Amino acid sequence: MIHLLEVHQLKISEASTGKVIVHDGSFQLKQGSCLAIVGESGSGKSVTCRAIMRLNKPWLRQTGRILFKGENINALPEKEMRKRRGKNLCMILQNGMGAFDPSSVIGVHLKETLSEHFGWSNHEIAEKMKKAMESVMLKNPSEVLNKYPHQLSGGMLQRIMIALALVLEPDLIIADEPTTALDTISQYEVLEQLIQLRERLGVAMIFVSHDLGVVKRVADDVLVMKAGKIVERGEMQTIFLAPRHPYTKYLVSTKLALSNHFRRLMEENSVAES
Amino acid sequence: MGRYMVKRVLMSIPLLLVISFLTFVLINLSPLEPAEVVLQSQGVPKITEELLEQTKEELGLDKPFFIRYIHWLIDCIRLDFGESFVTGKPVWSLIGPAFLNTFKLTMVSSVIIILLSIGLGIICALKEGKFIDHSVRGISFFLTSMPPYLLASLMIWYFSVQLDLLPTSGMTSYQSYILPVTVITISYAGIYFRVVRSSMLTNLNEEYVLFGRASGLPERLITMHVLRNSLQVAVSVFCMAIPIILGSTVVIENVFAWPGLGSLSVRAILSRDFPVIQAYVLLLAAAFVVFNTISDMINAAMNPKLRNDL
Repeated sequence: MIHLLEVHQLKISEASTGKVIVHDGSFQLKQGSCLAIVGESGSGKSVTCRAIMRLNKPWLRQTGRILFKGENINALPEKEMRKRRGKNLCMILQNGMGAFDPSSVIGVHLKETLSEHFGWSNHEIAEKMKKAMESVMLKNPSEVLNKYPHQLSGGMLQRIMIALALVLEPDLIIADEPTTALDTISQYEVLEQLIQLRERLGVAMIFVSHDLGVVKRVADDVLVMKAGKIVERGEMQTIFLAPRHPYTKYLVSTKLALSNHFRRLMEENSVAES
Repeated sequence: MGRYMVKRVLMSIPLLLVISFLTFVLINLSPLEPAEVVLQSQGVPKITEELLEQTKEELGLDKPFFIRYIHWLIDCIRLDFGESFVTGKPVWSLIGPAFLNTFKLTMVSSVIIILLSIGLGIICALKEGKFIDHSVRGISFFLTSMPPYLLASLMIWYFSVQLDLLPTSGMTSYQSYILPVTVITISYAGIYFRVVRSSMLTNLNEEYVLFGRASGLPERLITMHVLRNSLQVAVSVFCMAIPIILGSTVVIENVFAWPGLGSLSVRAILSRDFPVIQAYVLLLAAAFVVFNTISDMINAAMNPKLRNDL
């Protein structure tokens, strides 16, 4: 099996102090598979993702090799890298509210992105976006395109990002905590759309989350990170059934404790009702 | 949008009324008796009680406070600010031309300050921490901390006296603008470009910049988006800068003998010419209200979120 993405000894450090944020991380991603990166906040998940996009702040230095379709994108000139962002490597952010220019209608960002990559006319873009937006269950797409971000909900904006990814047809989607900022119902809808997106495009995905429950539904493989180090990796089921590293055990047990607690509460309720 | 504009303009009317009332109250709180000032400035050798009463009646100062305010307000709306106690001329004939002169100076300076601030702000924000950012901030810090009168004197000495390139004072031709405008620009641009810079930097850290970059947008487009959002903060600051400069040209006007509001107001205060002081305070306060309204309108045009607030 060919790996779509191979990360070799990715090291991210502060340029001024030399403080290491991510230690020699290596991992691979197969074509069409979904890798979840799990860990607490500050463990280096997001920085790792942005390192693949090469969008970390300029004061962070990254070394190592990032092979995307066999090409080391860590060594690409910025101009070449920019062409790959969006078209080959797509990102879905945590906070839909902040992801679009608050002073422009949503359509502006979509138009700029699509005409940059494909040179389509406005009419073509509107048609394609409408279709994609309908498929992620957004009603009245042409109206939504003319709305400002603050007039839409976080879940809707998240689905607009997914719709954009649908039109861009990238090879890899990096979803950085895409459901964390949402309420439970929107969370469910967005997750459904992400799963469908994978099925429709056959696209590979990196899914960052700290919620094991969410991860369990989408991912094939898991990477557990703690304090900038990858502490455990493996297939989803294995990690859940037989976690080896104490931190993973802790994560899994809290997840189980939480659902057990919930189950017990529900049982108590039903006993009380009867 | 049109409705917002109308509402916003209507909202400033009560504000202007409050300001006019406060102006009137404050001037009337002064311990000096206006009638006495008038008599003194007319050179009356001996001020008797009788003469005071008579003058009060002439000036309408014997009427109750509130009636006087209403009369004054109605006159003000007709741009009739009464007559100067000192010269006896209508106040408007003194303050009108002076205001125009100061306004010209302020507007020329403001336009340059705004353009310079935006330009330098963008450059420094995009080159944050680089050599150019450090040097622009360093030089501007040095220039801004120099007192304007020192800067003005130095410039007069060098450009007008040593090189004999520019007029030393007065308002005779477009050349007269160069020195005062330069001094005002140096004193203010150093402050305002920092507003643009920091606002740009805040916006560059926003998620939408990351998402724009992650979507493969060229930096040029991203900068335009960032600029548009950053300028919303700056617009309010710039619009407030205009009345601030309008009211603080006293030093510059005195150094350059500019026939404007600054020199007029200082003279009026020293000679206790109440009608002129009143008109001056009212005019400046009105300028603040007007520019604040303008800034809100520009902001509403730039930021869709604000339009719904009213």
